[in-house]
Amino acid sequence: MSTQPEKVIEMVSIEIDGQALQVPKNSMIIEATDKAGISIPRFCYHSKLSIAANCRMCLVDIEKSPKPMPACATPVMEGMKVYTQSRRAIDAQHGVMEFLLINHPLDCPICDQGGECELQDLAMGYGRSVSRFSERKRVVQDHDIGSLVQTDLTRCIQCTRCVRFLDEIAGTQELGMLGRGDRSEIGTCLAQGVNSELSGNVIDLCPVGALTNKPFRYSARAWELMARPSMAAHDGVGSNLWYHTRRAQVMRAVPRDCEPANETWLSDRDRYSHFGLNAEDRSLEPMVKVDGRWTKVTWDEGIRVASRALRDGVTEHGGASLGVLMSPSVSTEEYYLAQRLARGLDSPNIDHRLREQDFSDDAARTQPAAFQSPMAAIDEANTILLIGSNIRHEAPILGQRVRKAWRNGAQVAALNPVDWNFHFSLANRLIAAPQYLLKELAALAVAVSAATAKDIPAALAAAVSDAKVGNTHTAMADMLNNGGNKMLILGQAAMAHGQAAWLRQIAEWIATATGANLNMVPFGANTTGAAMAGALPGQGVAGKDVDQGLNARDMLTSAAKTYLLWDVEPGADLANPGVSTAALASAETVVAVSAFASEALKEIADVILPLAPLAESEGLFYTMDGQSFAVEQAVRASGQSKQGWKILRRLGSQLELDGFSQVDLASLREEMLAELGTANYTKADIELTAPTSDGDLYRVGEVAIYSVDALCRRSEYLQQTVLADVAFVGLNPLDAGPRGLVDGSEVKVSQGDGHAMLPVRIFNELPKGAVWVKSAIGVAMTLGDSFGPISVEAA
Amino acid sequence: MSHKADFIAGKKDLLNEDTRATIDHWVSKFPPDKKRSALIQALLGAQDQNGGWVSKDMIEAVADYLELPPVWAYEVASFYSMIDQEPVGKHKVNICTNISCWLNGAEDLLAHVEKKLGIKLGETTSDDRITLVVEEECLAGCCGAPMMVVDGHYHENLDTDKIDEILDGLD
Repeated sequence: MSTQPEKVIEMVSIEIDGQALQVPKNSMIIEATDKAGISIPRFCYHSKLSIAANCRMCLVDIEKSPKPMPACATPVMEGMKVYTQSRRAIDAQHGVMEFLLINHPLDCPICDQGGECELQDLAMGYGRSVSRFSERKRVVQDHDIGSLVQTDLTRCIQCTRCVRFLDEIAGTQELGMLGRGDRSEIGTCLAQGVNSELSGNVIDLCPVGALTNKPFRYSARAWELMARPSMAAHDGVGSNLWYHTRRAQVMRAVPRDCEPANETWLSDRDRYSHFGLNAEDRSLEPMVKVDGRWTKVTWDEGIRVASRALRDGVTEHGGASLGVLMSPSVSTEEYYLAQRLARGLDSPNIDHRLREQDFSDDAARTQPAAFQSPMAAIDEANTILLIGSNIRHEAPILGQRVRKAWRNGAQVAALNPVDWNFHFSLANRLIAAPQYLLKELAALAVAVSAATAKDIPAALAAAVSDAKVGNTHTAMADMLNNGGNKMLILGQAAMAHGQAAWLRQIAEWIATATGANLNMVPFGANTTGAAMAGALPGQGVAGKDVDQGLNARDMLTSAAKTYLLWDVEPGADLANPGVSTAALASAETVVAVSAFASEALKEIADVILPLAPLAESEGLFYTMDGQSFAVEQAVRASGQSKQGWKILRRLGSQLELDGFSQVDLASLREEMLAELGTANYTKADIELTAPTSDGDLYRVGEVAIYSVDALCRRSEYLQQTVLADVAFVGLNPLDAGPRGLVDGSEVKVSQGDGHAMLPVRIFNELPKGAVWVKSAIGVAMTLGDSFGPISVEAA
Repeated sequence: MSHKADFIAGKKDLLNEDTRATIDHWVSKFPPDKKRSALIQALLGAQDQNGGWVSKDMIEAVADYLELPPVWAYEVASFYSMIDQEPVGKHKVNICTNISCWLNGAEDLLAHVEKKLGIKLGETTSDDRITLVVEEECLAGCCGAPMMVVDGHYHENLDTDKIDEILDGLD
């Protein structure tokens, strides 16, 4: 990477309320006062949004200025003297407040914002106790904008923060200020909702009760709630949040500022997933299957049965017959103890990469963090190439960062199996069905080789030998070869691909050749922690050498005898649900530790121990770029469910294994961190077998945005959104036409022994040969590989 | 900007050649990345095509043609009173009642016209011939007050006879 010259910031001297300050030239007065801790009332100003200066609440008095000026839109000047508390400033603010309250209803007692309302707070300081306005107030009709955000537009004070957020940050421009003057109101186009994956942020931005949290509405008052810090565990961003809790119940989630991770935003997935905590099939008591019938048991009994099952399996068939499959979104302490448990039972088979199918580059893939650069570095990138990534859905916060980079002038290109609807423009695009994705990337590598005059190493020759370079490849290669900060983002469609190892290897070479960073988007919230703690089949804690075991896929295809499923729903969390469910059903024993006990899980499991999900537990998480967050427990565990590390500790003690005598999490963490401190991740050269391509139709099985884990799948409000409308088969017109299929035709899609009946939708965004059937959704639970050959026939 | 709003896809087909030419003409006057600036003229063009008003479909057609978020077109269409979102008569009559015209007897003129046509401000005659545009603010013809604008043409120094003559002359 080229070294950037350090930016010199010119400073000017100003004086605010008699206090001398040095502030950057061209910044606004409000930025200076915010930094100096001088409070100025405001509604429309937000540090992350453009300046509108339309609420006028931040009027301040400036020496030599004939009238009060808005602090948010007045740049500082050398020698400027600002008075925020002078008679003129206070009078101006009082006047503005009186105008704002003219049309604002006095309905605070029935308003959900009551008690946490910026207008209410400021009206206390700047409002009159009795209104002089006795005329009629205006009423504005509400709009139904979806299942997540409630509108009460009569309360709107036209600050336009929501409009600016959707326009600038979310990039969906779904709200606008319609009408004029005293008739202006926030509106959508013709009954369209707000469908952005970041829509919930308008709730936090709204300074009044015009936009409130719809599922949370009328359920609690701000002053009844306790704010507990926690983290969202649905992607590797590690979005910091507050759970607002009441009587051991999570009532809602709001973002907690964390610049290097989620900034000040929260994706809808992170904000509304907690409604799944109270799902009907939540597992709340240990259960054991006796003669095909489920019986509730005590924890002692549950632990006894589970450990006996594990021990018996290992004694009878040897350690290698035990497979441990762990969710990629649990705490590092759990991975640490689980791998100790597995290896203590002589089983090398432990893995957390449940949605992947190609592990042939394991020896070269030893670095725990999937991101080479910090997430925040995306903002600064000049060139970004997305490979197999629908980044908006994989990690909405990262998508937002790519958009930010694009707004700052970055060039973004994509090599994708679907022409996904991004909130940034693509300078170059290659859209290829999954079976041709590798060919296209290989052709790009050849073009890069020509542009950089660097030879492609012999190890990659098998993939690039018959590459055909087109104009787009050359254009992309030139784009990557030109200066600036460059970044490759290898998304989940590439990670879940059948030739993922090749894609990673070639992408890595392209990154090296062009001086770019290679960042991968893993599945799950704590893959970094899992890899560090050794929840991998060939890598121990901190990269230690261990016996090679079976990876997640081989464990399920070689049919182990005993399985330990750690927060895994086989039909939805695995790369190939069809094969996996069959393997689990025919296993001798399946011990499931899970927060939810679905009927499907009850079908295959023999013991279910109730696991407390993240909001109800604590632990150390590592984001995809390696930042660590120690997450605290927000509420106590529901029912009899227990935190994962406690369950593992009890299982370990019951099995009489070494290293399970920790008395509390602190001592466990201390022990783990001491071991992680001496990390050594060695990378070996690998040789991949020549790639083959198969099938004329290939499934694009991206994980549906609100189906990534058991908790999201159970949040009814997320499932009611437009983004959760995923039960369809997408086809290109060229594939649909010859088969006589039109929009809405019912078809049968088949993979292996699994079938699903789904309606067809025709998309020009899909390339020929690609069949878009999302994974982790109800109807896909018997199908095969999320990225693999698939057949489609008219029903 | 780059966001594709599915529900307007293809609506640009509603615009005819003339309207497209008008829009292209105005787009060419602004920098390539500032198509939003051409929205007012584009909507007026669509309004001409559509018989003096723009339907929701026409607004979305303009957004689709300009490749802009549809809500931006709505904002403009709902802001400007010269863009009508409801069907109007064949002729739009705007009688100025702002201060200069008011001082010169615009109120009486308006009462006369309302009586003559049998409609109030904002209404359309039953034969769909004339729409009396809701109270129009200053139309910048104060030197010839009282004045009115009929289908974009200025008529100044009005009295009841002159107004009758003009209105009767409309087809």
